[in-house]
Amino acid sequence: MNLLFGRTISLQFRLTVAVILSILLILGDRYTSGGTVLRTSLHTLVSPLLYFANVPYEVLSLGARSLQTRDQLLDENQALREKQLLQSEQLQQLQFLKKENQELRALLSASAREKSSRLIGQVLSVHSNRYSHQVVINKGTIDGLQVGQAVIDELGIVGQVTHTGTTTSRVLLVTDTTHATPVRILRNDVRTVVEGMGKLNQLTLSHVPHSQDVRIGDVLVTSGLGGTFPEGYPVAVVTSIDRDESVPFAKVYAEPIAQLDRVRLLVVLGKRNLESRND
Amino acid sequence: MIKRHYLLICFSLFLALVMALMPLPLSTDIFRPDWVLLVLMYWSLALPHRVNIGWAWVTGLIIDLATGSPLGVNSLCYSVCIYITVSNFQKIRNFSIWQQAVLVGLFLALYHLLQFWLNHFLLDIYFNPEYLWPALTGMFCWPWIFLLLRKYRRQFRIR
Repeated sequence: MNLLFGRTISLQFRLTVAVILSILLILGDRYTSGGTVLRTSLHTLVSPLLYFANVPYEVLSLGARSLQTRDQLLDENQALREKQLLQSEQLQQLQFLKKENQELRALLSASAREKSSRLIGQVLSVHSNRYSHQVVINKGTIDGLQVGQAVIDELGIVGQVTHTGTTTSRVLLVTDTTHATPVRILRNDVRTVVEGMGKLNQLTLSHVPHSQDVRIGDVLVTSGLGGTFPEGYPVAVVTSIDRDESVPFAKVYAEPIAQLDRVRLLVVLGKRNLESRND
Repeated sequence: MIKRHYLLICFSLFLALVMALMPLPLSTDIFRPDWVLLVLMYWSLALPHRVNIGWAWVTGLIIDLATGSPLGVNSLCYSVCIYITVSNFQKIRNFSIWQQAVLVGLFLALYHLLQFWLNHFLLDIYFNPEYLWPALTGMFCWPWIFLLLRKYRRQFRIR
């Protein structure tokens, strides 16, 4: 016969301990940041679970792919070939422009742009906390990932790495309410900051004076300030402006350029090392 | 012998965790019931001397890590919910299955409100009534989970 609660610890005491531990955890998580060893090892512990939960999706997509017809594949192949041809033409120009830019920078004795490494990560389809916008990718500290690296897709900035495990990492999307990206307007180099609002298709520009030159259709690119995102990657396009003089700032909304609702393959940009930034 | 019981309970929780993490289409994602809490509730009613607040806390921490929410939020909410079920298990056991479902729905609503409230302080989010859908779907899932897990418990004689 099992003694129910006769001689064990009382429930109230257990609850008190659990609540105190949770509050300590919440505060500890809130007021420390970065990839500490403890956090990395905790995230590593749950990685197998994430990979396991991803299996059904992988199986389904494998099934869908093997059912594609030969014609579909040939068409896709043809389209990709054409795209590659166009892009390689642009690439030829890019090599030349890069060299020219380097020489001009040398003439101006400006600091050279440093090269950074790149890494391709695949998004694991697992459910995340519904109060925040984040995705899990299948790369981790084993592949040299660090907290704070910028993540892009083929069109623009997606977000940044916020938690790392050894084989998985979490990427916070630019649309999350806690995320802000320093940007400048491509047309006139005005600097500003875009913040997420918790909607996948909308961002907001913070503290824009009524007199500032912003127009609908302006492209916002990263300004490189803040050090997380390298300069010049597209972030969003301005979609609506509300210049109501009765409020202190204009309300400006923008739409992210990256396809955040269908991210699959992502590029993680290498972190610029501090030594090269200082000189 | 005791170890075998714990392994079997762990296995059911593991399946619930996988169900909770599995991707769903965006349109049905807001209706996803909280499988892990439902399974925890069943075990806390069936075997309150084995599964209680300690289990709830650890499982909550795993959920926090796996879904990337601020650490400790789900541990706290799970502990509070399981405290309520464990401290009233004798009353709840005597209810009919649909009465139980209504009660479970209330507990789930409490869990979601508590979780929202903590996240509101930590993440700056605002209330949206659709956050409470899982409480309703969870309520309708309870009878099936209850019957399934009771079969599982009797089959393997988990005590």
